[in-house]
Amino acid sequence: MTNVQTSPPPSTAPLPQPSNRVTLGLSNRLLARPEVGALVAAILIFIFFLVSAPAFRSGESFFTILYQSSTIGIVAVAVGMLMIGGEFDLSAGVITITAGLVNSMLCWNYGMNLWVGAVVSLVFCLFIGFVNGYLVMKTGIPSFLITLGTFFVLQGANLGVTKLVTGSVSSTDISKIDGFSSLQAVFASSFKVGPVTVWITVIWWILFVALAAWILQRTRTGNWIFAVGGNPDSARAVGVPLIKTKIGLFMTVSFLGWFVGMHLLYRFNTLQAGNGVGNEFLYIIAAVVGGTLLTGGYGNAIGVAIGAFIFGMTSLGIVYAGWDPNWFKAFLGVMLLLAVLVNLYVKRMSTARKVG
Amino acid sequence: MTVMTDTLAEHADAQLRKGEPLIEMDGIGKSYGAIRALRGINLRVNAGEVTCVLGDNGAGKSTLIKIMSGLHPHNEGSLKVDGKELTFGSPREALDHGIATVYQDLAVVSLMEVWRNFFLGSELRAGKYPLAGLRIKEMKRIADEELRKMGIVVKDINQPIGTLSGGQRQCVAIARAVYFGARVLILDEPTAALGVKQSGVVLKYTAAARDAGLGVVFITHNPHHAYLVGDHFIILKLGGTVLDKKRSEVGLDELTTQMAGGDELTELSHELGR
Repeated sequence: MTNVQTSPPPSTAPLPQPSNRVTLGLSNRLLARPEVGALVAAILIFIFFLVSAPAFRSGESFFTILYQSSTIGIVAVAVGMLMIGGEFDLSAGVITITAGLVNSMLCWNYGMNLWVGAVVSLVFCLFIGFVNGYLVMKTGIPSFLITLGTFFVLQGANLGVTKLVTGSVSSTDISKIDGFSSLQAVFASSFKVGPVTVWITVIWWILFVALAAWILQRTRTGNWIFAVGGNPDSARAVGVPLIKTKIGLFMTVSFLGWFVGMHLLYRFNTLQAGNGVGNEFLYIIAAVVGGTLLTGGYGNAIGVAIGAFIFGMTSLGIVYAGWDPNWFKAFLGVMLLLAVLVNLYVKRMSTARKVG
Repeated sequence: MTVMTDTLAEHADAQLRKGEPLIEMDGIGKSYGAIRALRGINLRVNAGEVTCVLGDNGAGKSTLIKIMSGLHPHNEGSLKVDGKELTFGSPREALDHGIATVYQDLAVVSLMEVWRNFFLGSELRAGKYPLAGLRIKEMKRIADEELRKMGIVVKDINQPIGTLSGGQRQCVAIARAVYFGARVLILDEPTAALGVKQSGVVLKYTAAARDAGLGVVFITHNPHHAYLVGDHFIILKLGGTVLDKKRSEVGLDELTTQMAGGDELTELSHELGR
């Protein structure tokens, strides 16, 4: 630390000796980082599948895993930020389908350009995020309950409205409508690097993770997110805009939900209205495995990305190894339990008073 | 002490004139639904003076703080800050008027680093645009320097503030308020959870803030601590004022007796008749 203080002269009172200050050991500093546990787990699982699944050992399957991870990881980043901010969003899984359906059905029925439909869908999703946040902040009801409500409303409406409009539970093929190819290029294109297919969502995922990491660690907004999750009253008392920050987080989740919804729509041209259910838990698991505290105030974006990568790696690794894919859920459950235990331990370690 | 006072004076508003009223409350009252938590409170906070608000649990101390710090608006009487009547809509508004509150138990976010806590709500940014980076090095340096100047030694400015002792956390919160140019400092039970030595440190800060010209509101249920630093004493009971005296008009004995229950206690001793 540089010493540039102007007053007082050192003779008036002895300043505390700098020797009182210690730098914590490397192991302590590492342990205090949220993503370390997830990283260790990811490496172990990676080695495990390298050994036991021959099909796992190629660049192509690695990028397939990255693609699989990105479809969960994009929303999981936002869910992770929301959880650091101390809230939950159970509607994050079905909102992806809602986003795609709004776009698809508006354009099909009213002959709109798909870009117009995509923007309307975005506004609609942001509105849902806003309503989630507004209700949580204004009523004080836990976000778990509010968004559970939104989850059921959206799940029911997805199916109900789709049936009313199309007569079946899937949306119509929109690949002939204006704007399809440009939207597909943005949300659902892929390119070849040698033998490897890289989906654009992987690039988007990396960008969103980098952005989220920057926001959380290096900006005022990030400081506020940690503060509103760690101690909302204290944050509010020093002038942090609690309500705006939290509503903003809910809207971020619905924005990235919309983004993945666009990917699904422009990749497959049609959507099954009943899909998306259950994904909200995958996002939460990715965040928790990545070191985010369920109670808020702790976590980071890289950890959440590693959590999503573990999800992608396991869900495909089991297939590559030729095992019954049903084991995947059991494995996910075990990972979650382990992650929660590690988090608990880490939190205790990093907040315990160090004596001496 | 010199160190502390100099540092405080350095950051204190040069416009402050000792004895000048900063906050004037006139007949302030507050009801939560059918419950009247506070009524008819007259209180002045003058620059360079410590106004002590004493009272038992449930006397209305917290409500009074919440009105002054902008957490809850009052619904009776008038609140003037620097002579202008107003009602605060949020803690931010109160802070913008230079009124900073240090709460007993919600002063800091324990999982966040010391330097992040120091700058929380007043972060230094590289620019005004959204997502502008924080000036992290500068923030760490300033937080470290300011805390050292005030005699608070933390092992590592990057450690979560939850690893500090209660007294240290309280002092970081006070140092932060003063550094960010508070003109009125509201201290909510700053010594309640502390041992004798740590209480002493907090009381020295309180005195130093007063000497630097700040108006201090010191909320406590400990008359001994209040009498060490106070210029003016108000005792609250069931939402009303039962004592309102200057230091020259009241002694520690009277304060202690009033706090212990005053006349009621005398009555009780008759009833118990020993």
